[in-house]
Amino acid sequence: MKRLRIGALIVALLLSFGLAACGSDNGADKATSQPTSAATTTASSSTPSSGTPAAATPTPVERGGPKDIILATTTSTQDTGLLDTLLPVFEEDIGYNVKVIAVGTGQALAMGERGDADVLLVHAPGSEKKLVDADVGLDRRLVMHNDFILLGPESDPAAVKGTTKAVDALTAIFNKGAAFISRGDDSGTDKLEKALWKKANLDPKGKSWYEETGQGMGASLQVANQKDAYIMSDRGTFLAAKSLSLAIALEGDPALLNVYSVMSVSPEKFSLVNGPGGKAFADFMVSDKAQSIIKEFGVDKYGQALFIADAGKTYESIGLATPFG
Amino acid sequence: MDLIWEGLREAIHILRTGDNSVWSITLRSLLVSGSAVLISLVLGILGGAFLAFKDFRGRNLVLSLVNTGMGLPPVVVGLLVAVVLWRSGPLGQFRLIYTPAAMVIAQTVIAAPIVTGFTAASLRHLDPRLRTQLYALGASRVQMLWIVLWETKLPLMAAVMAGFGGAISEVGASMMVGGNLAGETRVLTTAIMLAVNRGDFPVAMALSIILLVLIFIVNAILTSVQQQEKR
Repeated sequence: MKRLRIGALIVALLLSFGLAACGSDNGADKATSQPTSAATTTASSSTPSSGTPAAATPTPVERGGPKDIILATTTSTQDTGLLDTLLPVFEEDIGYNVKVIAVGTGQALAMGERGDADVLLVHAPGSEKKLVDADVGLDRRLVMHNDFILLGPESDPAAVKGTTKAVDALTAIFNKGAAFISRGDDSGTDKLEKALWKKANLDPKGKSWYEETGQGMGASLQVANQKDAYIMSDRGTFLAAKSLSLAIALEGDPALLNVYSVMSVSPEKFSLVNGPGGKAFADFMVSDKAQSIIKEFGVDKYGQALFIADAGKTYESIGLATPFG
Repeated sequence: MDLIWEGLREAIHILRTGDNSVWSITLRSLLVSGSAVLISLVLGILGGAFLAFKDFRGRNLVLSLVNTGMGLPPVVVGLLVAVVLWRSGPLGQFRLIYTPAAMVIAQTVIAAPIVTGFTAASLRHLDPRLRTQLYALGASRVQMLWIVLWETKLPLMAAVMAGFGGAISEVGASMMVGGNLAGETRVLTTAIMLAVNRGDFPVAMALSIILLVLIFIVNAILTSVQQQEKR
């Protein structure tokens, strides 16, 4: 019997520890960034920050309405930690509880199409068109942008560093047969990479040096790192990732613009969608408060902002030829 | 090698400071998998006893199905449960997807066949004369099941351990139906995945060490219960 009592004591101890910690949930996970006044530039086609962000005021949670919002988004917004900074502000100010499902943009859009999400924060302008045209994605708005970069091993076996165009860089990698890691998960990054190969008139699929991970950006970066391979990444995830020895092989090509938009999912099409909640989150993302957080995000940690806040600007003004480029 | 030491150091640091909400994540792992195992235990004992004592046509088929279920790939379970619980799925209106309840459901689907299989196997190995004797002494069905279960305490605790191990260590299903939401459905395994994706290996190592210690503690307790009065 003595042993049983000891066992029960351990269980009780464990439980009390756990309960005590319950209150301080999400402590270190959701640290907020300190505002600094450092210049916020990335290598993307530098945009004059013309125009003021649209004055949007999200509506607080309705009484009796559903409190949960499902946000389907790309892995980059989670892997960079941006959402960990933004969401507590939104949840406190507006009162909704946001459930973030970080998947590739392809899957996020599919969730929107089925009504499995209330609001989408995605970065594949071309693919977003389908949802907007079908009236499933409502009121798509520009939130922010940064740029994609081509990463590779320091030794740069395909001599990419001399090139200025993404298409030329990929051609060099193709001709050399240098190891290349693709997301292969139909995400925004993956869609861009596939489009660039197409633009270069090359088909790397099936080549022994070309491999698909089928995973998120952070996970794929780790694979490329271990395999000394080239890989396309959004700048934010690269800067936020730890333990990498990959270097930037190419940046600054206007074709590498990475544009994030927000849209809510139509409650008319799907009865279970939280319409007011989705709209409140979309409004929040383009609000002055969120935009100023985005503007400063990463400055303290990486010496540069991970994203450029774009609310109120037009898609054309940041260098996208058409709104669905 | 550095990583292992760094992981250990980080683990101790995290445990001391309660960083990365490690305690609430650990508690959630324990609660979700514990509930799943408790439900599995009820289902498994009833199902296992039925399969062991009741003769019916197709029993071997059901037994094979249960045995197959003991090796169900968690990621397949995750997909099936997700498809059912998604808003676009048949049970969508209950809004269970991305809640701890959804994770309990998925882990129960993983653990219940394990407990059922173990229970059925151990009850069938029992001396059939015990039951005859109990009948003769006028035991009711419930009394009989109780006594029989007491006799098979050893393999039953093994069933609980196997079920708990399967539930708490799976990641595919928890990720899919839980969504790895911070403060809501993030458990140790999904937190480890996230840390790895972020390249934060020391934190991943630390959480892994905590998970291993947790499984060890639970199994140590179960083993001490199992071995009690046996000697």
